Amino acid sequence: MLQLKHVSKNFGGLPALSEVTFGVPKGQLTALIGPNGAGKSTLINCITGVLQPSSGNIRFQEREIAALPAHQISRQGISRTFQNLKVFSRLTVLENILTGLTCEGGDSMIMAMLRLPHLRHRERQLKLRAMEALDRFGLTDKANWPAGILAYGDKKRVELARATVSRPQLILLDEPVAGLNAEETATVGEQLRLLRSSGHTMLLVEHDMALVMDIADQVVVLDSGKCIATGTPGEVRQNPLVLEAYLGRMDATA
Amino acid sequence: MTSKQKFLYFIYLHRTGLTVTGLSLALLLLPLFEDNPYTLGLTNLIAINAIVVLGLNLFIGYAGQISLGHAAFFGLGAYGSAIATVTYEIPPWPAMILVAAIVALVALLVGIPILRLSGHYLAMATLGLNFVVHTILLQWDDVTGGPSGFSGIPYLSFGNFEFDDEVRLHYLLWGVTLLSLLLCLNLVRSGVGRGLSALAGDEIAAAALGVNTRNAKIKIFVLSAVLASLAGSLFAHCYSFVSPDSFTIFTSTDMVIMVVIGGMGSIWGSLFGAALITLLPEWLDLFETYKDFIHGGILVLVLMFLPQGLVTGLVESIKIKLALRRRKNAST
Ligand SMILES: Nc1ncnc2c1ncn2[C@@H]1O[C@H](COP(=O)(O)OP(=O)(O)O)[C@@H](O)[C@H]1O
Ligand SMILES: [Mg+2]
Repeated sequence: MLQLKHVSKNFGGLPALSEVTFGVPKGQLTALIGPNGAGKSTLINCITGVLQPSSGNIRFQEREIAALPAHQISRQGISRTFQNLKVFSRLTVLENILTGLTCEGGDSMIMAMLRLPHLRHRERQLKLRAMEALDRFGLTDKANWPAGILAYGDKKRVELARATVSRPQLILLDEPVAGLNAEETATVGEQLRLLRSSGHTMLLVEHDMALVMDIADQVVVLDSGKCIATGTPGEVRQNPLVLEAYLGRMDATA
Repeated sequence: MTSKQKFLYFIYLHRTGLTVTGLSLALLLLPLFEDNPYTLGLTNLIAINAIVVLGLNLFIGYAGQISLGHAAFFGLGAYGSAIATVTYEIPPWPAMILVAAIVALVALLVGIPILRLSGHYLAMATLGLNFVVHTILLQWDDVTGGPSGFSGIPYLSFGNFEFDDEVRLHYLLWGVTLLSLLLCLNLVRSGVGRGLSALAGDEIAAAALGVNTRNAKIKIFVLSAVLASLAGSLFAHCYSFVSPDSFTIFTSTDMVIMVVIGGMGSIWGSLFGAALITLLPEWLDLFETYKDFIHGGILVLVLMFLPQGLVTGLVESIKIKLALRRRKNAST
């Protein structure tokens, strides 16, 4: 579904990604792992158009998207969460989720200013869908809270709900459980599993190895901007390169 | 639900509609109680300022941009209507629309390059725009009448009914202001408006949700310029006379202060900010002399302590206090 070929990204001459090549198959959960600074977030930013890759191809459903602006990539059906949260703190929780349906709310400013009946009807439907998403993520009782006052774990869930409410083709998750306690991690893991079983395609950036090994169909390992291994969790776990580059170093730092 | 709860819920659900209705009624009745032309002249000026501030507030509060040059569009509207109706003898209403269309085009052509800028650079660019327009109004004597101004602008009229006294103007101006208010309220409460609030919150996140951030900024800029132009046309027809003094950068900064007082992104706040800053000099003599100092002082204080703007800042901090209390209650 998503195919990266020789994607490179330099920041002022310093390579953050070099020649990254891998694919994300439809309906599967692909995990992207690697030590801090490996380039995982940079890769997500390149796929979503926040950054332009320095070179290489990114194809999504047979379409080249590497040069498209972020909003057009989003409109192809790619949604994401952010490693450092980007919840809209001045909006309520419900309004935050509704921003995930922006593309379906109509585009014309003039029609919006006239508040035509068909728009009002669509608004009601969108609101219902947002409420359903709140329900899925256990946020219903906080629907009208300003998102700024939520606890960290709740903010993470708001981002997850916002990224999934539009039923995107591909969901990119940048460390969705970082900073959560064990219990919250388990809930999010459960929600990811649910999303996968309902046919969503996901690319998950995560440090939590237990979670990755548990729910990923495929694992891609990145180290210093290079893709050093791809395979099932079992294969990757036994790959000596990975053990050395990633797990070894993790042990050393832990 | 008890009938009291039902009643309260009804009010809550229709709060926007009810407030608009209440305000319209109050304005409808105002001339019956207050027919002093001086007072009505002031409230009329509030109405004109409010139209500009509504648009500017969308641009500052929702597009997250800054403009120190909206008096330029206000002035183009005013002089445009003056020249179109007096020099070219176009009837006032079509002239107003024609001028607004031209201003929209100007805003589009100016907006496409300068909205690539942000922060200080954008402030400087819009300031520059204001200087250019002001200089043209001042120097191009043959067309604009130069420093002594442009007089003899006809009143607006429907058939034989001329808007030539304060009471009639009250209904006209506030009619347009309420209409603009309604359109802006609709906009921010729509799906498009949600995209704009996302844009105000975080540009990268908004783009990731499919908001065309560049287009949205330009569209809002054009919309705010059109509102300023319409307000300018009304201003010209209301006083029959315009001079370049009304469209300096100080007018622009006053508009920004009105936005800041009302609160970024608050449609109702725009009305309040316009009213307060228009009326303050009337209440305080001191204010007249030291106007620019006091305006500057207010601006700095509000931005330091309530960066979201005065009214929004206060309302929001109360909302957050309430929500935090509810959160505490819920967890115990
Ligand atoms: N905007 C940027 N400008 C310059 N360097 C950057 C930028 N973003 C990331 N980097 C660098 O790119 C490398 C990869 O970072 P990142 O993608 O955030 O890693 P990860 O998400 O895997 O921890 C790091 O060395 C980081 O310093
Ligand atoms: Mg990262």
